[in-house]
Amino acid sequence: MASETTQPGFWARVQRASVERLHIRLESLVVLLALSTAMALLSPYFLSLSNFLNILLATSTIGVLAIAATFVIGSGGLDLSLGSVMGLAGVAGAFVAVNLGWPSVFAVIACILAGGIAGYINGQLVTRAFVPAFIVTLGMLGLARGLALVISKGRAIYGLPPEIVYIGQGRPFGVPMPVIIFVLTAIVAHAVLAYTRFGRHTLALGDSEGAARAAGIRVEHHRRIIYTLSGALAGLAGLLFTARVNAGDPTAGINYELTAITAAIIGGTNLFGGRASILGTMIGALIMGVLQNGLTLLAVQSYYQQMAIGAVLILAVFIDQYQVRKESRV
Amino acid sequence: MTLLSLRGIRKSFGAVDVLHGVDLSVAAGEVVGLVGDNGAGKSTLMKTITGIYRADTGSIEFDGKDILALDPGQRRRLGIEMIYQDLSLAKQQDVASNIFLGREPTKKLLGLVPGFVDKSEMDRQAAKMIERLGAHLPSINRSVGSFSGGQQQTVAIARALTFNPKLVIMDEPTAALAVREVQSVLDLIRRLRSEGIAVILISHRLNDVLSVTDRIVVLRHGRADADLVTANTNMNEVVSRIVGGGDTAAAAAHEQRG
Repeated sequence: MASETTQPGFWARVQRASVERLHIRLESLVVLLALSTAMALLSPYFLSLSNFLNILLATSTIGVLAIAATFVIGSGGLDLSLGSVMGLAGVAGAFVAVNLGWPSVFAVIACILAGGIAGYINGQLVTRAFVPAFIVTLGMLGLARGLALVISKGRAIYGLPPEIVYIGQGRPFGVPMPVIIFVLTAIVAHAVLAYTRFGRHTLALGDSEGAARAAGIRVEHHRRIIYTLSGALAGLAGLLFTARVNAGDPTAGINYELTAITAAIIGGTNLFGGRASILGTMIGALIMGVLQNGLTLLAVQSYYQQMAIGAVLILAVFIDQYQVRKESRV
Repeated sequence: MTLLSLRGIRKSFGAVDVLHGVDLSVAAGEVVGLVGDNGAGKSTLMKTITGIYRADTGSIEFDGKDILALDPGQRRRLGIEMIYQDLSLAKQQDVASNIFLGREPTKKLLGLVPGFVDKSEMDRQAAKMIERLGAHLPSINRSVGSFSGGQQQTVAIARALTFNPKLVIMDEPTAALAVREVQSVLDLIRRLRSEGIAVILISHRLNDVLSVTDRIVVLRHGRADADLVTANTNMNEVVSRIVGGGDTAAAAAHEQRG
């Protein structure tokens, strides 16, 4: 029982407190600060309010997708269709507003509904057809992208009504609308995941499906809700993107699932479920945002940025698994 | 008074018939041992009682109510708890989260927004329950995966007892424990009986079963093959019922040495 009597070091205690109380992995915060400091030293343009808002604006779409990824991965699932569903939702909204000419509120509903339906289909297939989530959502990645191209006939839909454009380009009190919507979504999502029964059951499910079932949680039902929620959030991301670029682009969101999943994993989400927090994911999303923003300011080609994101994902999972193995040896 | 009554329970998985019409009854405050060879259907039978499996035919009454159509959560609320052999713990969650999983108390945030889990209340009650069991855990806020096997078992037991159950089913609760810990589990079973809580004990350790139960039911080929009063039976008889007659003296002697 030596392990019980030895006091953990100061750093270990601070780490534990930050995970238990704030649901943040301290390392990710350190990485964010280090990265920001480095960028500030390298580029004179980095440290300014307008650049800070730029980073948040660029992060808002990915951030909403990363929230979806956090719920799904935390529950022990996976959603590879996030980027495609986002593209489909944006096209659906633009189609309703421009081609059908319906009022803007219906376009907003169409975005969220299209995403939600795609997510609901994912959930049904995962829980009833016993096809692994990896395959179901990989298939949906193709299906949703194809459908987006079919609806838009392969071309971006232009000419959105001003109300929709305001959602993407409006700046009440100087703050971009997508940033406001993103931050509000994150606050609600954090409260749901960390402090409600729904959130706790989500993590328990990802931790041990058997334990959740034995505890009387309706496992399949819960999974269907999670996938539907994930799709609906991808729909919201599609709305934000479409409104910001003022076009329903059928190629929007390609590879975005890569960045979103990376943000969630860097933020401390366990790839195999059971541990996740939205606050952590937000730090992860900011790391991705600062990385992309900084590389752009330093005039690094976007091709290299893509490579950087891929490398960061693998590195983050490596570090996480390394720590898990270290802890289980104690 | 009969607390639990099973009649003609049948269950098959595809072409494999596991239970062929099991009858079983347990009285309030009674400790019943359920024994049988591997594959006799013990675990399947218990899971049809907790609702993880739905029996194909037959009836299950608990406390005078037909519970056949109820899901595991509903049966738990009526007072049926099970401690699984693998403990069924969510290893990355802390003690209180496991004890209250599926039954978290809620409060209103700022007195306005309902549905928020009352974590401090959970922690308080969890600590009280662990203390009542006379157990010591390093910290109640740590993930249970970091605990030893015996400590994890304590959490599983605490979870089963926190909501005043009427029936506790234990699946091989002593299989993975050290000798001293086995005694404390057996003492716990005796204490539950004295509090009027019924226990179904599944175990391969026949010495434990003989020392702590009131009755022993032998499951064989998916049927309740024998129903023995513990005070009137012995190791020889139990072993011969499990393996189905023949010369069982050698097997019984082996069990006796334990």
